[in-house]
Amino acid sequence: MNKGFYAQLRAFSNAKFWRDLHIDFFLVVSLLLVTGGGLIILYSASGQDTAMVERQAVRLSLGFAACLFLAQVPPKFLRRLSPLLYLGVFSLLVMVLFFGVGAKGAQRWLEIPGIGRFQPSELMKVVMPMAVAWYFSNRHLPPKFKHISVVLIMVVVPVLVIAKQPDLGTSLLVGVSGIFALFLAGLSWRYILGAALSAPIAGFLLWQVMHAYQKQRVLTFLNPESDPLGSGWNIIQSKTAIGSGGLEGKGFLSGTQAQLEFLPESHTDFIIAVLAEEFGMFGCLLLLAGYLLIIARGLYIAAFAEDNYARLLAGSLILTFFVYIFVNIGMVSGILPVVGVPLPLVSYGGTSIITIMSTFGILMSIHTHKRARK
Amino acid sequence: MDAGQKYFRNYKLEQSLTQRRIVFAAVFVLFLMIVLIGRLFYLQVIEFERYQTKANQNRLKLVTEPPSRGLIYDRNGLVLADNRPIHSLTIVPERVDDMDAFRQELADVITITDEEWDDFNQRRKAYRRPYQSITLKSHLTDKAWAKLSVDLYKWEGVQVEAQLTRYYPYGEAFSHAIGYVGRINSKDLEKVDKQRYQGSLFLGKSGIERFYEEQLHGSPGFSKVEVSARGRIMSEVERQNPVPGKAIQLHLDARLQQYAYDLLGEYTGSVIAMDPKTGGILAFVSKPGFDSNLFVRGITVKEYSALRDSPALPLFNRALRGGYPPASTIKPFMALAGLENKFSSWTERYYASGSYQINPDGRRYRDWKKGGHGWINLEHSIIESVDTYYYQLAHKMGITPIHNFLSKFGYGQKNLLDLYGENGGLLPSNQWKRNRYGESWYPGDSVNVGIGQGFMVATPLQIATATTALANRGEWLAPRMAKTVNGELIEWPEDKVISKTIKLRRDADWQRMVNAMKKVITDAQGTARRLQGTSYTIAGKTGTGQVFSLQEDEEYEADKLAKKLHDHALFIGFAPSEKPDIAIFSIFENGGSSSKPADLSKKLFDAYILGKYPRKYNYLKVGSNE
Repeated sequence: MNKGFYAQLRAFSNAKFWRDLHIDFFLVVSLLLVTGGGLIILYSASGQDTAMVERQAVRLSLGFAACLFLAQVPPKFLRRLSPLLYLGVFSLLVMVLFFGVGAKGAQRWLEIPGIGRFQPSELMKVVMPMAVAWYFSNRHLPPKFKHISVVLIMVVVPVLVIAKQPDLGTSLLVGVSGIFALFLAGLSWRYILGAALSAPIAGFLLWQVMHAYQKQRVLTFLNPESDPLGSGWNIIQSKTAIGSGGLEGKGFLSGTQAQLEFLPESHTDFIIAVLAEEFGMFGCLLLLAGYLLIIARGLYIAAFAEDNYARLLAGSLILTFFVYIFVNIGMVSGILPVVGVPLPLVSYGGTSIITIMSTFGILMSIHTHKRARK
Repeated sequence: MDAGQKYFRNYKLEQSLTQRRIVFAAVFVLFLMIVLIGRLFYLQVIEFERYQTKANQNRLKLVTEPPSRGLIYDRNGLVLADNRPIHSLTIVPERVDDMDAFRQELADVITITDEEWDDFNQRRKAYRRPYQSITLKSHLTDKAWAKLSVDLYKWEGVQVEAQLTRYYPYGEAFSHAIGYVGRINSKDLEKVDKQRYQGSLFLGKSGIERFYEEQLHGSPGFSKVEVSARGRIMSEVERQNPVPGKAIQLHLDARLQQYAYDLLGEYTGSVIAMDPKTGGILAFVSKPGFDSNLFVRGITVKEYSALRDSPALPLFNRALRGGYPPASTIKPFMALAGLENKFSSWTERYYASGSYQINPDGRRYRDWKKGGHGWINLEHSIIESVDTYYYQLAHKMGITPIHNFLSKFGYGQKNLLDLYGENGGLLPSNQWKRNRYGESWYPGDSVNVGIGQGFMVATPLQIATATTALANRGEWLAPRMAKTVNGELIEWPEDKVISKTIKLRRDADWQRMVNAMKKVITDAQGTARRLQGTSYTIAGKTGTGQVFSLQEDEEYEADKLAKKLHDHALFIGFAPSEKPDIAIFSIFENGGSSSKPADLSKKLFDAYILGKYPRKYNYLKVGSNE
């Protein structure tokens, strides 16, 4: 009976009409599970603000719409568009430098009269791997030194422009998405090893020439708990929230750290702490399992994609998705420095949900537009 | 091979290259996932208890509720020290981001002195729990309160709180008896039990408020509350109510106190009235007084220096600390000393000329009456207050018997059971003079002491205590302010002398002395004959104390002397003489004539014994609506 059910499910998920609709059943179901769970956590994290939950649900729906729309666009078309998109988004980034608006000392948005604000750096997260994948799509792999150099310039220049806004989190993710494409293209292990070894040496040399106040800033960045009432406050409170959740958690809506407002940014970057406090380690493992399903499916799609462009793009998109998760949880649980990276699909916030859902649209497009095997 | 690669791409090879990289990445992803899970395991399982405690420390706060201070009542139940709500500006320092900026902004709304800020900063650093509010300024005026209420929303952690504070309704006549409470300063904080004074703003600084601080203060209550990160109280988890301070009932009669204060008129001085049956102090007047409420509100430097520098010394507690020559009020005691030491007798006659000399060519000690009193006996020496009689008596006795006898009455000692800061006065002795001046006692020194002058100094409280012992025919009672604590009679500590009996060789001498003092009023020659015509009998003795030593042969001419050099005018008395209800000592500083304190005493006797108070004192009667 069970076996029958599984067989039926498999048959249903592989049914031809999903392919015709360019929908990957497995991916969509995993995404629905994680985002649905995310809405429940948000309800608690927002202090039971149903209006906020509704707004997030609307954004998620828009995200799914964008996802389904992009799934219809053939990868071939995306590939041709890639260099143009890259140049377009890059020029927008440059425009942000000059005409951008922002808040809290950061200049990240472009104001479009009549439409509203948007953040070009978010688009770069998707466009960067597209551009790198496009660059390698008509070149031999593994890449030669000359090509690697070109790609590094393609990656580093926008990363620096974004870091200048300043937006450390996004510039990191944009950089990582480009580097992943380079890695998947077969970047020689010698280069990787070389870079891994030279980074600490470069850091040491830089440290020697830094001013004392700059060193101090780096130190507080690396160890925020040395400043418990300033930047350390957030991390101390989030660790307390996570730790006090224990195995089973304090129960839905019963997390004292979250509900009594000790936890800062509880509905945005630090939302995992709410989950950890109220649902304990079991709740966290459930969420991580959901993410793992999505990542596993993404890597599967990448591995069996039709051409180099599709493989590199799909692989770097899904790996960047994982970096999101790792950096966010690492930061909230106190093993990584605090950079503003939201928890994908769960944190409250507009543009990031749309871009993330778009990447899954591209993944589904890549998976469902393969020509039938000979 | 190289040439071929340029033109022929091995798609299969490139695919497997990327696939291998994807597998590698997948392994790496799994590895990092395990790192994250390991981290969660560390926080949520291994360190669980530590973080659970931390979360509870975050959310649970102990809030102190200060107790309400015990009230102070007069003997009839009139409230002399009350508690009233006042409004204070309080601050939770943890919730104020930028204290300097806040200070600037606040300065635009109300004035806070540097003193208040210093005090605030000290309390901030002192022992306290986090998120506990600290008072910056108490006793906000209604205007300041209104102004603040408008701007309050702008500041996190800043509140106007209502608190109960001391209020003294009856003004300066009571200030030296009741004392006052003042803000606890950093010096006080070192002395008090910090747990018990959590949240308390005031403690007794003088008078009854200080002596009975322990009883009046009470113990604070605590409530364990759940608070939000912003310090807002969400719910109460546990509570222990504060234990209010105990009520103190005094022997003091508020109407008598106020009346006595007013009767001193424009003079500075002191009045002590005692209940001979209990030793309880019915009136404890030191004039001028001050408004005790100033100290509760926080006295300004200007106000304080005005009080401190006033020539009338309003801050000086004359009743407790004023040292005066007892003058002729000492004569009944001196006479008893003579009888006891067999240097005089009731029957022996003495020729009182206008002066007394130790040696024929020595200094003349003048009598107050030019030309003297003629032939008198001991009784007459009291009635007419014959100085020369006491010159010769003291000269004959010498200082040692005088010292020994007078000290039985409390002269030269601290007698009061329940106020701090009493002055012990000075009952001189041989030994004392050698220690003090390195000289032996001269017979002339005794002569001066014989009329309560010279080295002898006594406080109003001592003279009143001695008078009460006389009224009681030797039953000596230590003076005391308070009667009950929370309705229970006070048990005095055993190391203090609470009562004793002064034994005379012949017990009948007590009554004979009282009779002599009655005749001070009834006799045609009596120095207080102006007090005749009461329905009860008064026993008394007048006195005028020299402020200014006259040269030999110089005469005292009041109108030629500046007022502050006028003699002090004193009177001791008790009534009814056979079963005394009240004993009174009063002194008008520089009052000149003892008729002033005698008249005052008569009015107080009328008031206390017959209830003849002027109508205007009805407001001090319990149950009156005024």
